[in-house]
Amino acid sequence: MQATKIYSFHGGIHPEENKAQSLRLPLGRPSLPSELILPLGQHIGQSSRPLVKVGDKVLKGETIAINNGFLSSFLHASTSGTISAIEERLIAHPSGLSDLCIILAPDGQDTWTTLEPLNDWQTLSKTDVLAYLSEMGIVGMGGAGFPTQVKLQGAHKKPLSHFIINAAECEPYITADDMLMREKALELILGIEILQHLVEADKVVIGIEDNKPAAIDALTSMIKQRDSKVQVAVVPTKYPSGGEKQLIQLLTGKEVPSGQHPADIGILCHNVGTCVAVYDAITFGKPLISRFTTLTGDALKAPQNVEVLLGTPVSHLLEYADSEPKKLSRLIMGGPMMGFTLNSAAVPIVKTSNCILAASKKELPPPAPEQACIRCGMCEQACPASLLPQQLLWFSKSQEFEKAEHHNLFDCIECGACSYVCPSSIPLVQYYRHSKSSIREAREATVKSDLAKQRFEARKARQDAEAAEKEAKRLARQKATPSKAAEKKKAAPAKAAPTVAAAPAATDESKKLKVDLAIGKSKLKKLQKQLLEAQENEHLEEISNLQLQVTEQEKAVALLEEQLAKTAEAAPTAAEAKVPKPAPAPVNDDIKKAKIDLAIAKAAVKKVEKALKKAEEIQAPEIEAIRQQLKEAQQRADELENALVNPATTIPKTETTAQAAPSSVDADMTKKRKIDLAIAKAGVKKAEKNIQLLKEQGKNESEIEASEWPKKLIEAQEKLAVLEAEDTTDTVAKSQAKAEPEMDLANQIKKEKIAVALAKAQINKLNKRLESAPEDADKINQDIAATEQRLQRAEALLATLIHSQTNTQENR
Amino acid sequence: MALLRITSPHTQRAGRRTAWVMQMVILATIPGIVVQTWLFGWGTLINVMIACITALLCEAAILSLRRRAVAFFLKDYSALLTAVLLGVALPPIVPWWVTVTAVAFAIIFAKQIYGGLGNNPFNPAMVGYAIVLVSFPVPMSQWLGVQSLVSAQDTLTFTQSLQAIFQFLPVVESHALIDAYTMATPLDGFKTKDLLTAEEAFNTVPALHAANLNSWLWVNLAYLVGGLGLLWLRIITWHTPVALLGALLVMSGFFYGVDSANAASPFFHLTTGAAMFGAFFIATDPVSSCTSNRGKLIYGAGIGILIYIIRAWGGYPDGVAFAVLLMNFAAPLIDYYSQPRTYGHQKAKTGLKIGEDN
Repeated sequence: MQATKIYSFHGGIHPEENKAQSLRLPLGRPSLPSELILPLGQHIGQSSRPLVKVGDKVLKGETIAINNGFLSSFLHASTSGTISAIEERLIAHPSGLSDLCIILAPDGQDTWTTLEPLNDWQTLSKTDVLAYLSEMGIVGMGGAGFPTQVKLQGAHKKPLSHFIINAAECEPYITADDMLMREKALELILGIEILQHLVEADKVVIGIEDNKPAAIDALTSMIKQRDSKVQVAVVPTKYPSGGEKQLIQLLTGKEVPSGQHPADIGILCHNVGTCVAVYDAITFGKPLISRFTTLTGDALKAPQNVEVLLGTPVSHLLEYADSEPKKLSRLIMGGPMMGFTLNSAAVPIVKTSNCILAASKKELPPPAPEQACIRCGMCEQACPASLLPQQLLWFSKSQEFEKAEHHNLFDCIECGACSYVCPSSIPLVQYYRHSKSSIREAREATVKSDLAKQRFEARKARQDAEAAEKEAKRLARQKATPSKAAEKKKAAPAKAAPTVAAAPAATDESKKLKVDLAIGKSKLKKLQKQLLEAQENEHLEEISNLQLQVTEQEKAVALLEEQLAKTAEAAPTAAEAKVPKPAPAPVNDDIKKAKIDLAIAKAAVKKVEKALKKAEEIQAPEIEAIRQQLKEAQQRADELENALVNPATTIPKTETTAQAAPSSVDADMTKKRKIDLAIAKAGVKKAEKNIQLLKEQGKNESEIEASEWPKKLIEAQEKLAVLEAEDTTDTVAKSQAKAEPEMDLANQIKKEKIAVALAKAQINKLNKRLESAPEDADKINQDIAATEQRLQRAEALLATLIHSQTNTQENR
Repeated sequence: MALLRITSPHTQRAGRRTAWVMQMVILATIPGIVVQTWLFGWGTLINVMIACITALLCEAAILSLRRRAVAFFLKDYSALLTAVLLGVALPPIVPWWVTVTAVAFAIIFAKQIYGGLGNNPFNPAMVGYAIVLVSFPVPMSQWLGVQSLVSAQDTLTFTQSLQAIFQFLPVVESHALIDAYTMATPLDGFKTKDLLTAEEAFNTVPALHAANLNSWLWVNLAYLVGGLGLLWLRIITWHTPVALLGALLVMSGFFYGVDSANAASPFFHLTTGAAMFGAFFIATDPVSSCTSNRGKLIYGAGIGILIYIIRAWGGYPDGVAFAVLLMNFAAPLIDYYSQPRTYGHQKAKTGLKIGEDN
């Protein structure tokens, strides 16, 4: 075994270790409490979804909640018993919040459910093993509770140079990992070997501080015994060497680039507890239902480590460790450097609870009053991230958040080393937390207001378009009245088609706009949700995947903008379509109309410009398309302006247009149709892309099904089908338009064609649903049969209609 | 039970409060005060006493005017430190009202008006010193000589020092008395050597006699010892003093090498005047100096260079006060351009440009 070179990191502190107290007694196993409180959110990401209901009887290890999305986890019953409630309970949270918890009343039998170990993990595909780990509810037990399978998945981005097992445990007081290594050295090594099989790193290193000689001995002898390739790297005791980034620097000399993850530089870190949990899951099929936790502090007469069932209330453990309530002044979950205070002992132990510190007033006295910062720079010398804490404090106090960000506020890991050394007792970390959350809030607000602005502008554009359309119609009516008689004679057969076509065109237009708006709204909602996630994310210093989703969402927003821009462009087209319908308009009206058109065109140009800018900002791939649009819009605006400037040329042109009214209307209609079709196709494509993306991100089928995209895909496909049907019908209709009597027939054919298309789409949709929800197969099959019948009927009718139409034509 | 609810971290390094920092710096001046008293009589101690009383009174008065907790802030020892630093910097027989003016100005104008401890852009002690240096040049230029060199062949006794300090100058009798004890400092002597070469000056000018040079060597060594103590206690970092003394060494070495006939040796520059006192006690004032390690290097080097420039070509024999004040001006700017490279970043950020984050 070759020794690993140990590097060093900047700063760090040497607080009193206080680890001996909890190592005097052997590992304890507290009795079953009267109830277990199992919060649904014990991990980073979305809360699990309960699978049980009140009154259900569960066995130990039974799944009681399943994951809810990509970044979520399973939850299992810690013992056998009855679900007595699913309700809000106080949870272990820095702000003392409540959350939904499954309350389990143990029956005292502690009966295991049937365990299904994954014996063939070496031959199974890695994806299957990861899925299995997910089902076993395994999350990072070091602190953040990051779902292990997600982390392992992320590790496949790049070939791994190092797989680091974090056994540093640098926080004072905590000895849970130390005890775990002493008690379960073999399990740990085996767990590491399983994980190594999954990630295939070049080097596997356990990083451990030199203040745990017993654990180091246990590990090295176990490694020798098993002739394992795992190395043990002993690092000097210095807080925060157990910070992921610091341990990576200590063992590899590399730094995790700001805003990235260890996986990006080919390094994966796992906590020792996680490795043992993986071993237990794979070898025995035991889900994560218990963990090692340190009970320590002066207020406990019997400080010790315990293997405790998840959900055990802290009060039960305090009792077990013989606490002296009189002495207890501060109850901390976690260590004294980064832990958070609990204001009630009723909260439960969760997957990430590594320590309960019941401190007396003497042990952790209340902080001294804050004094002025004298910029002594002790914080700077202690900062493991090489920040300038004193400058960050200055900017935080004066709310100069931009400067704070520029001084890399977000690289702060909130380890507390600066506050620890501060001679002026300034709660620096608290200032940074406040600044960070203020900045996040501001960012969120900016996004929100941007969206609101976009929505407002879209609405305005639509209203403008509608107003212009109305105006055009009014003008048309005005013109139509006097020249009606003459017009009727001349253009009666020709007029029929445009009027019929124009009316649905107008309703179609607003319909489409409304649909677009609805899509935009739902998109907005989704974006907000995503942002919230990203925020939570950042709070825990994490997750590139969500970052990806956010950028993706931004792209989607750009796409939406493109659509809106298109709509705005299409609106004037539609409006225009109806204007030349009547006889030539007087010059005045023409100019008026031209002015309106110009205004609309200019608005469109502005809009597209904005979209382009936005797209450029986020480097969206649609930039080229938007540029093209901009060019077109600009051209149109120029043309209109030209037309406005030279009314003389406009008049004859208008006349020509008017003379050619029917055909021009037809052309415009086709154009609009084509745009509608294009938008619908883009919608289908987008939905498909999103589904593809979700698949790439490794979401399973049910998750994809749960998202809104498949639904959207089907909707978009339907819409496309309808539009296509309309398109073909329209062509037929146009050819029929010459003869008025045939109009009814043509319309009927059109209707039936739409019906056929709808039915086909319906069947398609049902088939999809059948695939995803086989349990409803009977009902869906019935539906399919019914729809097929409808389809057949519609097709039969359609055939008859077409037949009669051909007959009519032949007869003529 | 009422559980305390506060955010992490829940523990602090015991004992090292701001007051402790200030006390340690005050204690670190003791070797220097002892040597100055031994060489120049009781004047330094009396000055320190006057300065301390003035500082506490001024601080208390302004704090109560600003409606701040007087006792709480007085207990941080920062006013006392300013007073001590000023007291040892002023000439030992400077009239009491000069000391009072300097200290009052330092506390009231250089410190409290900006918002008190932690908010002053300039080193209060040096502001006070500069004010009296430009306002009262005569008493400020009267340093005592070592007993072997002055005409009285003795140092002032305690009562003589008290008399000198509390009688208005110039008083004929005491003036005569005083002149028997005073002498130019070596820096003064070298500055006024006029057309003499360096060698001639060292042989002829009384202020540049070995005994006088040695007395200032002792003073500087004493402050060096105190400064090393502060380094050992990690109250200051090595960056500022090393950069300051290094720059002074390089500057004086260079010009000594170029023109040894007219320039003094680096050793002379490092062991006379306020070189060590300035390097370890004045330039390291954290509030008004640069804050990052790189910044401190630039800041210290700037002071070192300015000290040499003022000593060699400026209007004053020593230049620590003005050099420090000038670099105080530059400190915020230097801070923006000397940020350390943060963990996980390719290179350090500079300036305050927003949006080009790496």
